Amino acid sequence: MKYSAIVLAVLVVAAIAFVVAIARARAAQQGGSVKMHSRIGYYGWYAAIWTLLPALFLVFVWVVVEPIGLSRLIRAELPDNFHTLNAAQRSLIVGQIETISEGLSLLDPAGLDTLKKARLGFKPMSEAQQVLKDQGIVLGSAPEGYAVTAAVKLRDAREWSRMILAGLVGLVVLAGFAYSISSIRPRLRARNFVERVTLGGLIAASLVAILTTLGIVLSVLFETIHFFKLVSLSNFFLGTVWDPRFSAAGSGGAEGQFGLLPLLWGTLFISFVALAVAVPVGLFAAIYMSEYASQRVRNFAKPALEVLAGIPTIVYGFFALITFGPMLRDLGAMVGLNIAATSVLSAGIVMGVMIIPFVSSLSDDIISAVPQSLREGSYGLGATQSETIKRVIVPAALPGIVGAILLAASRAIGETMIVVLAAGIAANLTLNPFEPVTTITVKIVSQLTGDLEFDSPQTLVAFALGLTLFIITLALNVYALYIVRKYREQYE
Amino acid sequence: MEHQIVQDASIAEVPVAGPTITARDVNVFYGEKQALFDVSVDINRNSVTSFIGPSGCGKSTFLRCINRMNDTIPICRVTGDIRLDGENIYDTDLDVVELRARVGMVFQKPNPFPKSIYENVAYGPRIHGLTRSKKELDELVESCLEKAGLLKEVHDRLDEPGTGLSGGQQQRLCIARAIATRPEVILMDEPCSALDPIATAKVEELMDELKANYTIIIVTHSMQQAARVSQRTAFFHLGKLVEVGDTRQIFTNPRNKRTQDYITGRFG
Repeated sequence: MKYSAIVLAVLVVAAIAFVVAIARARAAQQGGSVKMHSRIGYYGWYAAIWTLLPALFLVFVWVVVEPIGLSRLIRAELPDNFHTLNAAQRSLIVGQIETISEGLSLLDPAGLDTLKKARLGFKPMSEAQQVLKDQGIVLGSAPEGYAVTAAVKLRDAREWSRMILAGLVGLVVLAGFAYSISSIRPRLRARNFVERVTLGGLIAASLVAILTTLGIVLSVLFETIHFFKLVSLSNFFLGTVWDPRFSAAGSGGAEGQFGLLPLLWGTLFISFVALAVAVPVGLFAAIYMSEYASQRVRNFAKPALEVLAGIPTIVYGFFALITFGPMLRDLGAMVGLNIAATSVLSAGIVMGVMIIPFVSSLSDDIISAVPQSLREGSYGLGATQSETIKRVIVPAALPGIVGAILLAASRAIGETMIVVLAAGIAANLTLNPFEPVTTITVKIVSQLTGDLEFDSPQTLVAFALGLTLFIITLALNVYALYIVRKYREQYE
Repeated sequence: MEHQIVQDASIAEVPVAGPTITARDVNVFYGEKQALFDVSVDINRNSVTSFIGPSGCGKSTFLRCINRMNDTIPICRVTGDIRLDGENIYDTDLDVVELRARVGMVFQKPNPFPKSIYENVAYGPRIHGLTRSKKELDELVESCLEKAGLLKEVHDRLDEPGTGLSGGQQQRLCIARAIATRPEVILMDEPCSALDPIATAKVEELMDELKANYTIIIVTHSMQQAARVSQRTAFFHLGKLVEVGDTRQIFTNPRNKRTQDYITGRFG
């Protein structure tokens, strides 16, 4: 029996409970002569919740606990030499058993018979593999006899487990149904109950977001610790050479050099160029939009500028690679500069264009939020519009503008696609903006793609890089938020 | 600096009382809606004139015509003739920036810049280049704070933000800021409506002192305040100037029935 079938059945009963409860509540109202504590709908929800929630909770517990119990069962079934294998081989065999047990339900009697004979040694195992393959169950190699035995046991145990679950859920649902329906009376505080449950749901939703973040951070952190067991801290943080060698399966060992500095430098260099483009352009655009532009221009230009933020970064990437990079190279050649087609400059400028809307849109909002009374105060003293902007508006909005710039910066630091295409993948420690460099994010991608083994330093370094990046952008974001918050208090 | 000369001249003729501002047939439109109808009034030099009337009667609108602050509202249109010392302020030759340096303004809600107290007062002199040295600027800031009756309270914390002062102090800082550009006229748009009675009394006292050197126009909702501080009073109603005259006469012997109804509290 599948979980989905059980959940569906519970939902149907809950819907029935809802309808029955409403009917009961109506009856208890006695045509309006009795004052109910809550409105009728709440009684329906009250019963539905009582029917649904305990059962769903039980299913949830089962989803978590059942695989643990079943895997114990299989392990007990396996021969002793299984426990001497390494982790990868063990997980391979367990996976095979899973696959066979799922396949069993698809086999016809003849197929099952073949499997049984193969298990007992009357037929070659390859025949059993073939029978399974005919049903779309592909195995990497011919299974051992004990694997098939375990698979059969697994299937039986799972079926039992689901039967028990279905029985328990049935009991719980009926109990909830009976309890809630029987407790419906005018004084029942159904509304309070429903609202408490709703509140619990809201809290659960926010917990999911928080716990997910926590989970991501922790998993990256543990892998990073794992990495630093293989590679020294100084190799990573102080190394000036990025040369991790191959990460192919089986190479093992910490042979490569994992210097963070060239990547960090590349990241900061490109972000710096991007900000050098985005800050002046974005800020001036924001000043024009908020202070000079007429309402009609503003209505058109602001969304148009924000479209820039909606262009996928990969599109910027190939714009930089195919159009802008070569153009820059040709321009450089004209004036005698040797600019590589993929360079810091081309990636930085294109990335700068990408983050213009972040700077301009936020700054525009912040400048518009400066009270009109300050503008009038300044005009009233005979200041011109530009004097007012330079001496009153921008200084008053400055903390907020800095916050906007920092948010744009953290966006630039985390950017990957543009850099892959426009700045190259060579880790250079160079001051020359015309040469290719690469960034942390690009190297994370290249370390994690391809045929790889998950416990080599070549792969694990991606987590260390990810954590470094995370800490940098987190610090920037926290700082930006701090500044923005401080700015909010300014006019109070 | 042309207006400097004019201003010096006005100081020279301090005791002479004659109209500095003459308005004739001023109409103001916000888009299609007309807010002021044919307002004609003379404002006397070196005295306080108050504009009274119920909310929405156009008194603030008229005040904002005098330094062309209405120019900042795109849909606002002004017709008619307003002269400052005989010069048409809506003349295309006249620079609005220069006009506003001559006609200072104090707003309903104190609006010090989020800068230090010193920088608030020094703002106008700096943008108009009124002082030649730091020392001169220091002296000007100090004398303006002194004139605004604020120096004693803030002399030891000129570097602190102006927004940190109390409401009444902020408003006097705004007055100090306005007189630092050496204007001839100061417009006050309900300067005391956000202040408590003690702070209000201080600002009123200040107006009384300032009128020796400046022409002051105040918009107020408080008839007692108009009676206390002003020599002349103009009563606006529904966008029209109903009656203008000596304050004493307006409050004791109004000629118009509507003025009488308003000051006796029968409407408004």
